[in-house]
Amino acid sequence: MPVRIETNLVPLFYIFGALAVVAALSVVAQRMPVHSALSLIVVLCSLAVVYLLLGAEFIAVIQVIVYAGAIMVLFVFVIMLLNAGRETPSHRSRMARWLGAPLVAAFLLEVLLAIWKQFPAGASHPAAAVDAGPAAIGHLLFRNYVLPFEVTSILILVAILGAAVLAKKEF
Amino acid sequence: MATFSDTGLLLLITLIKIAVVVFVMLTAIAYLTWLERKVVAHIQSRWGPYLVGYSGLMQPVADGLKFILKEDIVPLEVDTIVYWLAPFLALTLAFLSIAVIPFGESFTIHGRTISFQITDLNVGLLFVFAVTSLGVYSVALAGWSSNSKYPLLGGLRSSAQMISYELSLGLAVVGVLMMAGTLSLRGIVDSQSGFWHIAGVNTFLPHWNIFVQPVGFLVYFTAAIADTNRVPFDLPEGESELVGGYHTEYSSMKFAMFFMSEYANMITVSCLATILFFGGWHGPVFGPYVLRVLLPVFWFCFKLFCFLFFYIWMRGTLPRFRYDQLMAFGWKFLLPLGLLNVLATSFVVAWISSP
Repeated sequence: MPVRIETNLVPLFYIFGALAVVAALSVVAQRMPVHSALSLIVVLCSLAVVYLLLGAEFIAVIQVIVYAGAIMVLFVFVIMLLNAGRETPSHRSRMARWLGAPLVAAFLLEVLLAIWKQFPAGASHPAAAVDAGPAAIGHLLFRNYVLPFEVTSILILVAILGAAVLAKKEF
Repeated sequence: MATFSDTGLLLLITLIKIAVVVFVMLTAIAYLTWLERKVVAHIQSRWGPYLVGYSGLMQPVADGLKFILKEDIVPLEVDTIVYWLAPFLALTLAFLSIAVIPFGESFTIHGRTISFQITDLNVGLLFVFAVTSLGVYSVALAGWSSNSKYPLLGGLRSSAQMISYELSLGLAVVGVLMMAGTLSLRGIVDSQSGFWHIAGVNTFLPHWNIFVQPVGFLVYFTAAIADTNRVPFDLPEGESELVGGYHTEYSSMKFAMFFMSEYANMITVSCLATILFFGGWHGPVFGPYVLRVLLPVFWFCFKLFCFLFFYIWMRGTLPRFRYDQLMAFGWKFLLPLGLLNVLATSFVVAWISSP
């Protein structure tokens, strides 16, 4: 069975897809750091809903727990701790003013082209069905990819230690 | 599970279930406040509310009216959107996690199976944790948006506390998950039916996880109390230091929403404690079909009530932690204990399941 959104759930995909895009734009456009962070949370939660629509419940829930529930909480926490106020708009450099928009447009065009090449209009290429349940992911992580998994955890540990050492100047 | 031919009927049944659950939750929250005032009063040799209705039973109604009729004061220079968002977020998230809680077994009517649960997600437990982890925002944002010192400090404190104790909360249930082998709450309850058998002998001890996971339960419930900001971990609203914590600047219905979400969260974590460690709806079941359908729901509610009573009992008994003690307790005691429990359980599970 290919991965495909059920027909009567397709409107939900468009709603949450649009929400993700609008919120992503809002992350950049907002002047208050907290508002930007909140918009980012909306993006992450909308993506979780899209995962849910694709039948990947585990990924969806993990997305909310890890990104929205842990990482973004730290973001918001730090913003509150620093009591960061309204951003003052900087005088953009001349290069950013002239090259910014064209570069963004070029990048988007490139992504669109890549998608277009891979999935030509009219032809449907549903991805092969993957078992995205917790058990299947656990087997993959702890059997096939156990070395990358453990190495990543050590990398994170080193990063935590480094951050602690940097933050705590005197022992 | 259910075999419905008609999507419309399924939708109707689900809507009815949601309406019933929300109604029951709201009533339970209202009378939980009454119970808390009564029990704490009796612990302190007082009467508690007794004027409005018999034994003060209409007190929650009077409180509700008061909250609605009170003047809604919005301080100057608040961040309007976030200030309004925070209480709504608190209440919505508190009610969301109830959707996956199974209250009882299923029953069959006209050939249709209807379960006492709004939806059985196969990652139900993780769903509850996801929703709980988002609950931090309501507290943090309420504190930040009020644009006032005490709420900001209260918000910072609570978010730090909730993040710290959520780790232990997650670790505590890993033992149960390893034994049940599923993340579905219904599956976890189903794995606890019957009695414990030791070397083939029936001990007549219910097959509940509490008997093999006492440490897990201890860690879970301690972390749960801290996560719901209740005594002795109610530092976010330590009134002697912070006036009222993150909701200092909130009044009338918006304050009531924070209040209601706190009680709703208490009910949710107590539901989870019942499901994970005390066999959910399992208990003596007998009699005709109607009784056999309703008794499990009764047992579930009874166990839930015991936990809620324990919550209130704690509030009437224990003093508040100091903030550094709270953090040290969470990180240096509860978290290692949870880790040890995971380690020990995984060894035992691996030993038993090895051929």
